[in-house]
Amino acid sequence: MLKELAKFKGFSAKNLPKEEPFAPGHRACQGCGEVLALRLALKALGMNVIAVSATGCMEIISSPFPYTSWRVPWIHIAFENAAAVASGVEAALKALKRKGRFPKNRRVDVVAFAGDGGTADIGLQALSGALERGHDFVYICLDNEAYMNTGVQRSGCTPYGAMTTTSPPGEKSIGQMTWKKNVPAIAAAHGIPYVATATPAFFLDLMNKVKKAALVNGPAYVHIYSPCPTGWGSKGEDSIRLARLAVETRIFPLYEVIEGKYYITRKVTKPKPVEEYLKLQRRFRHLTEEHIREIQQRVDAEYERLLRLAECL
Amino acid sequence: MGKRIAKEVSIAVAEAVKQCRVDVIAAYPITPQTHIVEHLSELVANGELDAEYITVESEHSAISACLGSVATGARTFTSTSAQGLALMHEILFITSALRLPVVMVVANRALSAPISIWNDHADIMAQRDVGWIQTFAENGQEAVDLVYHAFRVAEDRRVMFPAIVNIDGFTLSHMIEPIELPDQEQVDQYLPPFKPRYKLDPRKPISIGPVGIPEIYTEAKKAQDEAFKNAYRVIIKAWDEFEKIFGRRYRPVETYRMEDAEVALLIMGSLAETAMTAVDRMREAGKKVGLVRIRLWRPFPLRDFVRAVKGVKMLAVVDRALSPGATGGPVAVEVRSALYQVPGRPRVVSFIAGLGGRDVTVEDFEEMADKAYFYLKKKPKESYEMIGVKE
Ligand SMILES: Cc1ncc(C[n+]2csc(CCOP(=O)(O)OP(=O)(O)O)c2C)c(N)n1
Ligand code: SF4
Ligand SMILES: [Mg+2]
Repeated sequence: MLKELAKFKGFSAKNLPKEEPFAPGHRACQGCGEVLALRLALKALGMNVIAVSATGCMEIISSPFPYTSWRVPWIHIAFENAAAVASGVEAALKALKRKGRFPKNRRVDVVAFAGDGGTADIGLQALSGALERGHDFVYICLDNEAYMNTGVQRSGCTPYGAMTTTSPPGEKSIGQMTWKKNVPAIAAAHGIPYVATATPAFFLDLMNKVKKAALVNGPAYVHIYSPCPTGWGSKGEDSIRLARLAVETRIFPLYEVIEGKYYITRKVTKPKPVEEYLKLQRRFRHLTEEHIREIQQRVDAEYERLLRLAECL
Repeated sequence: MGKRIAKEVSIAVAEAVKQCRVDVIAAYPITPQTHIVEHLSELVANGELDAEYITVESEHSAISACLGSVATGARTFTSTSAQGLALMHEILFITSALRLPVVMVVANRALSAPISIWNDHADIMAQRDVGWIQTFAENGQEAVDLVYHAFRVAEDRRVMFPAIVNIDGFTLSHMIEPIELPDQEQVDQYLPPFKPRYKLDPRKPISIGPVGIPEIYTEAKKAQDEAFKNAYRVIIKAWDEFEKIFGRRYRPVETYRMEDAEVALLIMGSLAETAMTAVDRMREAGKKVGLVRIRLWRPFPLRDFVRAVKGVKMLAVVDRALSPGATGGPVAVEVRSALYQVPGRPRVVSFIAGLGGRDVTVEDFEEMADKAYFYLKKKPKESYEMIGVKE
């Protein structure tokens, strides 16, 4: 176990922070899982934070001038560069502290938020650079599995078979034709101290992981599965249910990678069939039984692979 | 006063950046800017410069990191050329609109294709509208002096705009010239510490970079434009102050033998010395030719420029960049439009020369001046003309 994490006892229902760094009154859709993930992540981090956002739903819904939902200092520059902007913030804090222009002992966590598009696709290079350089910051990918802000186009994180506006099913297509890109594995391949997956359905787990990400020295990456009723064609009230089902079907396993070691944080011994998850969302409604079998096989195989990673280390 | 010593201009620029006590540098290598950033990494590595040096993975990330840094309250520098500057393009607009005073030295170079590492102004002309303060240096001393000036102006609370200092790639950046680096105390006297009014600090949270709905976008842009135009006064004052401390005088527009000139050559950057030789030769031959050099390109010094060309019959603008299918080179188009409302304005002829490292010789300048004389009698057939093209 990393020594930075040794003292951290974890959040529980009894010791939740009172502060809400992310204010209500924002413009997210009803039942938005992404804004919930964002709020919980910030709640875990607290008020001594500088936040960077990539362009995307969360940036748009939180900052229609003259309003802002951010009670912590916040900057948004562009779509593909949240990790690079955060690098600059982190470097500046380091320099200013060293030169006595910022209180030396004041802890400030630098956190970058980006969607799956801003992370897996257009922002991957900036992310890789920042992780490789070892900046002390937390990068949080809020994965709603498509470019929602621009009207539900596919991303590298859109799951196989899903319908989006640029992966429409038709005579010659089943919808998204590729399997979801494994960004946590890419992040882990940088040899950074901390990588984790989380979902707002298990909110204490989410908060603990984000807090740990902040506590470790060096870069940390947290990939948060974030249901989007608008983009998925699901009911707003089903968002938490979907987030839980994604874990219980093994579609989105919860784990940590600490100094290269994989730990499954929620073992799913009796998985539910993927169909239970798929059928709650219009984006999968065109799939045939055969497609669903194909997805089930892939999910089983991926989970096996994850188990082996967690066991052999 | 510091000593005048022979130095490569890039090295002197890096030394000047050090004297500005920058806190953060984020840069990516590209010829011909490399010597600047290499020397800065050396200064950081050996402890001569106390700064964070971010070895980013691209120029896009270089400028992005610079924005994060300057928004946190750190004095921040970057440098690039050509393809690197083009890759930054998107973020350059955001830098100025968010009023984040990054300072950048551009070692000007041609843009691909064909790929060329040599000098012209295509890279910077493609960034005309990004809203950065832009100056052009003629020689090594000026390059260095413009760096101090850039930080001083950019970070002034009345300004808060980023600034680019342009130096011609190779033909200036790699020259060894006698350059006087001032004493550190003088630089400290000239350049106060960076103290932005707003910055990212948990003790006083602010939001930077919100959504601009149609109800406020125009007003935001109007405010930006007003502030940018007002930067002109601070730019001039900062040069006045510079003269007091360092003894060298800079103005937005320089003139040479313009007293009674009929034809004037107009240039930006390091070609001035060659052009002056050409002017001297033509003067000896009895031709009334003068030279105008624009040092401050943005905000465009309209009044200084109009004053400088007063009484001239024909202005021969020598552009170092091509704007395909336009009505002239970028500088020519700019000054033609600047003069349009001026009664008794000079005529303007547009020449494109020195692309991708092609020499512009004394003879070339003489040819252009002669053509300008000729066009006083006979209108040019084309709206612009490329000089030195091999048949
Ligand atoms: C360089 C650039 N290309 C494209 C866009 C348009 N754009 C803005 S947000 C976005 C998609 C965002 O998707 P994601 O990162 O998944 O975030 P989400 O909106 O889903 O939360 C796109 C394509 C842009 N702003 N900048
Ligand atoms: S489109 Fe989806 S991610 Fe965006 S605000 Fe609505 S529910 Fe949230
Ligand atoms: Mg998304």
